[in-house]
Amino acid sequence: MKANSPSVALFIPCYVDQFYPQVGIATLELLEKLGCTVSYPSGQTCCGQPLANAGYARDTVGTATHFIETFSDYDYVVCPSGSCTLHVKEHFPAIAGLEKKQEALAHKIYELIEFITDVLKIERLEGKFPHRVSYHSSCHGQRGLHLSSGSELNQPPFNKARKLLENLEGLDWVELTRTDECCGFGGTFAVTEEALSIQMGKDRLADHLSHQTEVITGGDMSCIMHLQGIASRSKQEVKFLHLAEILNQALS
Amino acid sequence: MSHPENAAEFLKDAQKSKWHDETLWFVRDKRDKVSKGIPEWEQLRELASGIKDNVLANLASYLEEFERNATKNGIIVHWAADSEEHNRLILEILQKQNCTAVVKSKSILTEECHLNPYLEKQGIEVVDTDLGERIVQFLNQPPSHIVLPAIHLKKKEISELFHEKLQTEKGNEDPAYLTQAARVHLREKFFAAKVAITGVNFGIAETGEFVVCTNEGNADMGVHLADVHIACMGIEKILPRRKDLGVFLRLLARSATGQPITNYNSHFRSPSPGKEIHIILVDNGRTAQLAREKFRNSLKCIRCGACMNTCPIYRRSGGFSYNSTVPGPIGSILSPGLDLKKHSSLPFASTLCGSCTDVCPVKINIHEQLYEWRQEVTKTQGDFAKGLSMKLANGIFKSPLAYKISGSLMRNALKSLPNSLIYHPLNVWGKNRNLPELPKESFQQWYQKNRS
Repeated sequence: MKANSPSVALFIPCYVDQFYPQVGIATLELLEKLGCTVSYPSGQTCCGQPLANAGYARDTVGTATHFIETFSDYDYVVCPSGSCTLHVKEHFPAIAGLEKKQEALAHKIYELIEFITDVLKIERLEGKFPHRVSYHSSCHGQRGLHLSSGSELNQPPFNKARKLLENLEGLDWVELTRTDECCGFGGTFAVTEEALSIQMGKDRLADHLSHQTEVITGGDMSCIMHLQGIASRSKQEVKFLHLAEILNQALS
Repeated sequence: MSHPENAAEFLKDAQKSKWHDETLWFVRDKRDKVSKGIPEWEQLRELASGIKDNVLANLASYLEEFERNATKNGIIVHWAADSEEHNRLILEILQKQNCTAVVKSKSILTEECHLNPYLEKQGIEVVDTDLGERIVQFLNQPPSHIVLPAIHLKKKEISELFHEKLQTEKGNEDPAYLTQAARVHLREKFFAAKVAITGVNFGIAETGEFVVCTNEGNADMGVHLADVHIACMGIEKILPRRKDLGVFLRLLARSATGQPITNYNSHFRSPSPGKEIHIILVDNGRTAQLAREKFRNSLKCIRCGACMNTCPIYRRSGGFSYNSTVPGPIGSILSPGLDLKKHSSLPFASTLCGSCTDVCPVKINIHEQLYEWRQEVTKTQGDFAKGLSMKLANGIFKSPLAYKISGSLMRNALKSLPNSLIYHPLNVWGKNRNLPELPKESFQQWYQKNRS
C-alpha cells in the first residue's frame, strides 16, 4: 500500500447492489476523489446477515467462506453500510482453517464514514450542499461500530458523519428530538413484526418531518429503504440520500 | 399468542400505544439525565458488572456463607429448587402460624412462582401492598412491568377501578385522592396480617443480612406489623460484601426511575424478640441458566427495568405482549431458558438495536444474547419451510453466478409484475411500505460496463 494512495476493495451489500446502484457508484467515486485506489472484487455476493439474524448463522458458513476468500488479499475493505460491516466483524461463524484470515478481515473492514475519518484521517471536506439535512443514526453503526456517541452512555458527544457533513457549505444540520432511536427495520423483523416495524418507522419519520427537513440521510440504505417506503406510501415530499451520495455530490 | 400478534393487537389503539411509548420514554429520558450527573457512571457499571461476575463464578460458596451468617443472626434459611418447593415452603410456614391472610410487597420472584393463585387455592388471602401491584391484582392481571406494574393503565381506568373496588367518587381522577383511598384500604390489611412476604433486592454474604428497596415503604409497614417475615430471594441476588451495596444502590434507582435513590432501602439482619424471619433461597432454573455459557450473565440482572423503558419494542407493544413474568429485553433472554417452546418468539421481538445493552447498569449484553437465542430457537423450533429457504439463500450467496441470476430475475420480475401483485396482502413488506424504485441495472452490471 502506498502511503498516499490506499488500495481499497469495495464491498457493496447485496441489497445496495440490486436496489441502489447509485449508492455504490457514489461510494466508489467519493473514495477515488479522496485519493484511494479502489477495486471492486468481482464475484462478491452478501455477508449473510439476513440468515444469521433470523437464527440460521450455522447456515452461513458457505457465504462467509466465499466472502473471506473474495476479500482477503486487499489492504482495506470499505462498505457503505454499518450493519453489514458489523456483521462481518462480529458475527461471521467460526470457520476451521480460515481463522487467521477471518481475524485479519475483521480488522481491515471499515464502514465508509469511519474509513474516511479514522483511516484517511480526514477531518474536514471542502464542498457545498445547501440543504436542510437530518441524519438517521443506524443502530449497528452507532452502538456496534461507535460511529457516534449513544444517548444511553455517559460519554463525550461525537458523531463522525456529522463532523463531515457540518463542514459542507450551506448544509443546515437538523437536531432530532430522539437522536438515536431505532427506525424499526431490523432485517427480518420488518416482516415478522410488521405492525411494530411500521409504527417505529412512522414515529421516526415524524420526528424528522417535524423539524422541516429536506433530506434524510444515513449510513445504511436498509433503514433508509424502510423509512422511504413508509414516506412514499404516505406521499411525503422529503428526499432520501445515502451519506455517500451527499458527500460525493458536495465534492463535485 | 405470539409476540407479533400481541403487539399488533396493542397497536390497534393508536392513541394509547403512543401514550405508552411517551410515558416510558419520559422515564428513560429521566434516567439519561440523572446518570449523566454522575461523572463515574460508566465506571460504576463496569464495577457492578465485575462484582456480579465474581458472584456468578463463586455462587455456591457465597450462598453457603450467606446461609451461615444469616442463621447466626437468627434468620431461618430455606432452600427451594423450584417454584413448587418455594410455594409449598411458604404454605407450611403460614399453616404453622394459622395464618389465612398475608400482605406481600413487590416481588417478581413470587410472580415467577405463581404464588398468589397457589395460596388463594388454599384459602389464603394475599394482598399485594405496592400501589401498582394492588391495582393489577384488583384487575386479575399480572404486572406489565417489573418496576411500574400498572404502567399500562391510565388515570381514568384506575379511577373507574377504585370506584368499583374502593367506592371512591365516580369520575374523580385526582392521583392524591386515589392514592389516599388505597392507603386507607391497605392500612386495614396491614393491621390484620400476621405474616408479611417480601422480595429481596440484595443478600449480603458477609453479614447474612438482606436489603429490600421500595419507594412506598410498604415492605417495611408489612414486615414491622407482622409476627413473621418471609423473604423470597433468587439465588443470584447475592453480593459478597456490604460495601458492594454502595455501587448497586447508586445504580438501581437511577436506572429504574431516574431517582437518585429508592426512598426506602431497608436492611433486615435479625428478627425482633418474639418474631421470626424466614428467607427462601430459590433456584427455579437459575443454575440451569448459570450452566449455559452464552446466557450465564443474564443472571447479573438487578431488575431495574431500564431495558424495558428504553426498548422501542416494549414501549410500543406493552408488557403483556411478551406473555412472560419478566417482559422486555431481559425477559426475552431469561424466559427462553425456562420454556423455549412457549417463549420462542421473544428473541425475535427485537431489532437488535442494542439500546438495552447500553442502559443496563450491570452491562448484560442483552442484544447479543437475543441473537444467540435465535440460533437456539431455530435448532429446535424453526419451521421447516423457513429453514429451507434460508439454506437456499446460503446456496445463492456462496455462488456468484447463482446470485447474479437470482438478483436480475428478482429485479425483472418486480418490474414486470403489476402493483396489485407486488402489494398483495401476502407480501408483508408492501402492506404499509412502498418498494424502492427499481434501477435498470445492478451496481455490478454498471461496474462491468463502465469500469472493467
